[in-house]
Amino acid sequence: MDWVGWAILVVRVAIVFFGLLISVMLYIWMERKVIADMQTRVGPLRAGPRGVLITLADGIKLFFKEGITPTAADHPVYAVAPILAMFPGFLAFCVIPFGTSVTLFGREIPFQLADLNIGILWILAMTSLSVYGVVLAGWSSGSNYPLLGAVRSSAQMISYEVGMGLALVAVLMYSGTLRMSELIAAQDTVWNVIPQFPAFVVFLIGAIAETNRPPFDLAEAESELVAGFHTEYSGIKFAMFYLGEYVSTVTVAAVAVTLFLGGWRGWWPFDGAVAWIGPLLWFVLKITAVIYVLILVRATLPRMRYDRLMNFGWKVLIPFGLVWVMITGVVVVLPQEYGNRGRYIAGAVIVGAAALATLVAPLFSHRPASEAEPGGQPEGREVRA
Amino acid sequence: MPLDNVVFWVFAPLSVATAIGMIVVRNAVHAALFLVVNFFTIAVMYLLLDAPFLFAVQIVVYAGAIMVLFLFVIMLLGVDRGDAPGERLLGQRTTAVILAVAIVAELATAIRAGIGFTTRAPGGFDAVNPGGNPSALADVLFRDYFFPFEVTSILLIVAAVAAMVLALRRSKSLSQREIETHAGDDLEAYGLAAPGAPGTVGEPSR
Repeated sequence: MDWVGWAILVVRVAIVFFGLLISVMLYIWMERKVIADMQTRVGPLRAGPRGVLITLADGIKLFFKEGITPTAADHPVYAVAPILAMFPGFLAFCVIPFGTSVTLFGREIPFQLADLNIGILWILAMTSLSVYGVVLAGWSSGSNYPLLGAVRSSAQMISYEVGMGLALVAVLMYSGTLRMSELIAAQDTVWNVIPQFPAFVVFLIGAIAETNRPPFDLAEAESELVAGFHTEYSGIKFAMFYLGEYVSTVTVAAVAVTLFLGGWRGWWPFDGAVAWIGPLLWFVLKITAVIYVLILVRATLPRMRYDRLMNFGWKVLIPFGLVWVMITGVVVVLPQEYGNRGRYIAGAVIVGAAALATLVAPLFSHRPASEAEPGGQPEGREVRA
Repeated sequence: MPLDNVVFWVFAPLSVATAIGMIVVRNAVHAALFLVVNFFTIAVMYLLLDAPFLFAVQIVVYAGAIMVLFLFVIMLLGVDRGDAPGERLLGQRTTAVILAVAIVAELATAIRAGIGFTTRAPGGFDAVNPGGNPSALADVLFRDYFFPFEVTSILLIVAAVAAMVLALRRSKSLSQREIETHAGDDLEAYGLAAPGAPGTVGEPSR
């Protein structure tokens, strides 16, 4: 690579980095405005037109605040944890294609930092690292509430990562590739969200839990744990946690768009020299739509209780994801092996599997012991163990 | 110097340093963190060796899942506060020395074999990876070595189920005892006491 190539690479990285920062700023403002609207408040108003610069003002305030390190803290880990919380979101965005490409200086510059042949796995790897920021922050604070938040969230994030991974497995089986550009190419007629709708739902639930957003924000449940894992953090370190959380939210929305909603594909293309604007606009529009849904979920649903969260993750989400992966496998392989007749077989197998599931499901449903015994408590109150 | 060499000479010393740090450091959490960084450097080595799939698996499985569970256990048990005095297991030190010598000997033989014994060069990345690394690996794993792969996974599932059964049995007996010591006072509040036989849960009356 000559120096122009290197310069272009550096500029691309910088554009993605600052683009993410600016989008985080705008999405935080959007979240505050939408939630304020739902609660019949007005939300931020003063900083900038309609309060759009509120996040910037908050950031400047946090930057100049005193950073306090507790006496009992483990200093090196305490300092590293916010950085670890911030970076996975940025790194995961590397493989997301946010447009087609543009020709500058006689070179074609793709709107994607790296088109790895392990695209989906890269995203899984980076999201699995986001646990460390939370866990280490909680432990190194040398305080009980952060530790509780960290222990909770490490269990939560590992559990929901499995469910999210299963949704990704279904998509990659259906599209037959791990590479992001090929995934988008595979969605040129039908977006994955239509044939893979169950996987989309599983992915969104897992993604909300992975990014510790409400209703799964048990790592920082303020009604029980003060502020959870970042209770002891202040100033710029706290700002880094805040930033990391929203960068992961944007990244997760971008992953959802790329895997399920056709990426940068849209119906209203630009032509000629500005042909690259259309896909970029579609991408931003779709991400905004997904984030709007996440904000609606946050504004609507109450926080889940911890044991119910784990029960839901292990007993509902993961089994459902597994069954869906199996169904996807049947749907993909049978037409390959048996041609068009395979489609009918696949349909029959799905109906049969659904019927079997409805027959078998009552056997595994949770029933209190007192209800099963004759002469027991008639109404099924939960047995405390 | 080509880029690969630069990356190697940055990450190889880091890898050795973190491995040593993991053994030397007294604090259990710090040791775990050194191990995480070490996993990372090894993952980068896989990337240099044109094995991107192994890179991703190394990070997802080892750094992302197993080490988080380790940290989870360390934090839950609080073993980071102070070291246990003396050796827990008898003769562990001598066993460790013997095993270390064995590993060094094995590594030396392997390196010697790699340098001198082979007569032909290894087939390049493109030759062993038709259609890209992940799909080539999938072919090997799920077609050529399908049966061993499934047997291994069944083995792991059996181990996991066994661990669950052991843990579940103990906690059940504990809660049974707890219920019996409190028999009568607040059982009705929990809706446990059946109207016919007070103080019994799932067991014939004593």
